[in-house]
Amino acid sequence: MSTIAIECRGLTKRYGDVVAVDGLDLSVRTGECFGLLGPNGAGKTTTVEILEGISEPDSGGVVILGESWTNGAASLRERIGIQLQETQLAEKLTVLETITLFRSFYRRGLEPRDVMRIVRLEEKEKAWVRKLSGGQKQRLSLAAALVGDPEILFLDEPTTGLDPQARRQVWDVIAEVRSRGGTVLLTTHYMEEAERLCERVAIVDRGKVIALDTPAGLIAGLGAEHVLEIETDPAPDLARLQGLTGVRHARIDGGIVSLTVGEVHVAVPALLDELAAASIGLKRLTTHHATLEDVFVAMTGRHLRES
Amino acid sequence: MRAHPLVELTRVKFLEFIREPEALFWVLVFPVLLSLALGIAFRARTPQALAVAVQDGAGAQAAAAALGNDPGLAPRILSEGEAREALRTGKVALVVIPGDSYTYWFDPSRDDSRVARLAADAALQEAAGRKDPRGAAVREMTEKGSRYIDFLVPGLLGMNLMGTGMWGIGFSIVTARSRGLLKRLIATPMRRRDFLLAQMLGRLLFLIPEVVVLVGFAHVAFGVPIAGSIAALTLVTGLGGLAFTGIGLLVAARPRTIEGVSGLMNFVMLPMWIFSGVFFSPARFPDALQPAIHLLPLTALNDALRAVMIDGTSLSAVAKDLLVVAGWGAAAFAVALKLFRWK
Repeated sequence: MSTIAIECRGLTKRYGDVVAVDGLDLSVRTGECFGLLGPNGAGKTTTVEILEGISEPDSGGVVILGESWTNGAASLRERIGIQLQETQLAEKLTVLETITLFRSFYRRGLEPRDVMRIVRLEEKEKAWVRKLSGGQKQRLSLAAALVGDPEILFLDEPTTGLDPQARRQVWDVIAEVRSRGGTVLLTTHYMEEAERLCERVAIVDRGKVIALDTPAGLIAGLGAEHVLEIETDPAPDLARLQGLTGVRHARIDGGIVSLTVGEVHVAVPALLDELAAASIGLKRLTTHHATLEDVFVAMTGRHLRES
Repeated sequence: MRAHPLVELTRVKFLEFIREPEALFWVLVFPVLLSLALGIAFRARTPQALAVAVQDGAGAQAAAAALGNDPGLAPRILSEGEAREALRTGKVALVVIPGDSYTYWFDPSRDDSRVARLAADAALQEAAGRKDPRGAAVREMTEKGSRYIDFLVPGLLGMNLMGTGMWGIGFSIVTARSRGLLKRLIATPMRRRDFLLAQMLGRLLFLIPEVVVLVGFAHVAFGVPIAGSIAALTLVTGLGGLAFTGIGLLVAARPRTIEGVSGLMNFVMLPMWIFSGVFFSPARFPDALQPAIHLLPLTALNDALRAVMIDGTSLSAVAKDLLVVAGWGAAAFAVALKLFRWK
């Protein structure tokens, strides 16, 4: 048994003039939860759909569980579970009918009632899909992916569009699935989601992997653990701020200056002294632990949610 | 234990259908209402007397009285101007101008006008003393199976089999495609053939209430006969239902939107509503069109339904029609499989 669950090399996919995936390499280990993090349009969905055998790449190779889609499609379909980004399940079927239908497609798998318990929809057993909330629909979609008891679970933006509470419920379900073993590949543009669920994260931008590490490793790669954000009047001289003790990097975006710093207690006094010396008024100062968002901004100069 | 995917897919197809009240109305209630309305409108009519005018003048009274001897004629005396106007607007079928010899003023393009002329001439000549060289008796046809409703019900049944097959398949497939559900299904081990077969099997399931309700209603309410065997009728309706499901699958094979598939369906069905003998016999169209008309699947299906239901003919007598229907269905299904868009 290979220790690599998902592997692809030199994946390329064009839609007309647009290059959606541009020579992407990826290797996901058996049993890990792997995240593809990137803004909308980065090529995450195209990549995942190629890995899922739904789209074909223009070039490049894919090996899933030691098999290729060209030779092993029939058996691979039995061994993976998929949640697509925007599937709307049949509205006039109940939760149980939907899960039972999907169960019938797999030779082996879980009991529909067990799956309903995992995704916490037992009480909605007889409710029509149409009557479910966004979060419940998303968990039903997870149930349809789980019912074949897959070795690999592909989740494409499992919580996009959900409110924070519904999002947490989906995370709980994914965490429970993870505790049962099995490999998960998920895409997201929420850094909190990637930090919380994934053991390793690949940051994807413009069809390429631009960074790959554990969430902590990526943040450590910034060389700073904290981010200071200030608003001032007038705007400060970035070059001078960059030279302050403890400041690794300074950038300005929409009037807000972000400083990545190693130690807040060293950087803040130096910053205040500098502003006072230059007679610059400080309107706001906030500080937070560096996140994947900060990693993404530092690497691309853009925010994750910019599309 | 899990059910076979074909069984589950068929069950789901059937459930989705019966949970759609609009679909139930159009499939089950609408044909009954239509046959009820048309059955009443065209119920066995006592033949109405033809209105004829006698132009006022010498001998008008006598002519009107003579015409009145024929119960099929309803004469009245009108001035020349009124008579002309009544004939022009179709209020009378004929104007008789009395005199030494009668003048019949009529419109040769109207059936009732030609009939009125012959009947009026016979009545007037008889009144003037004509003796028929040979006696003649009449007998009236009132048998069931000869009325308009008897012609209509098999046509409605055929139209319904076409409509349900096309709409029932087309809408649900294009909806599933536009919502990404087809793509989700092919991401499972489900066999594509099973999905398409389930569409046809689900269709066969709701064919049963559809046929029973319409034929049963027509039989009870209007005494429309079922002259042939139930087995033959079942086979013909089943074949028709499947064939139009195949055509429905073909029409729904590519479109991504409901608007797209609706337009395509109307384009396919419109010629058949007109040419295929739902409401009137296609024999009314010019001879040159007949071969093409009889190659349409609905014409063939309607001919077979009428033959089996009303005339009580055997299946072998309608083998050619059944072959046309089956050929359309099989060809459409095969092409649909090739063209079908899952994403």
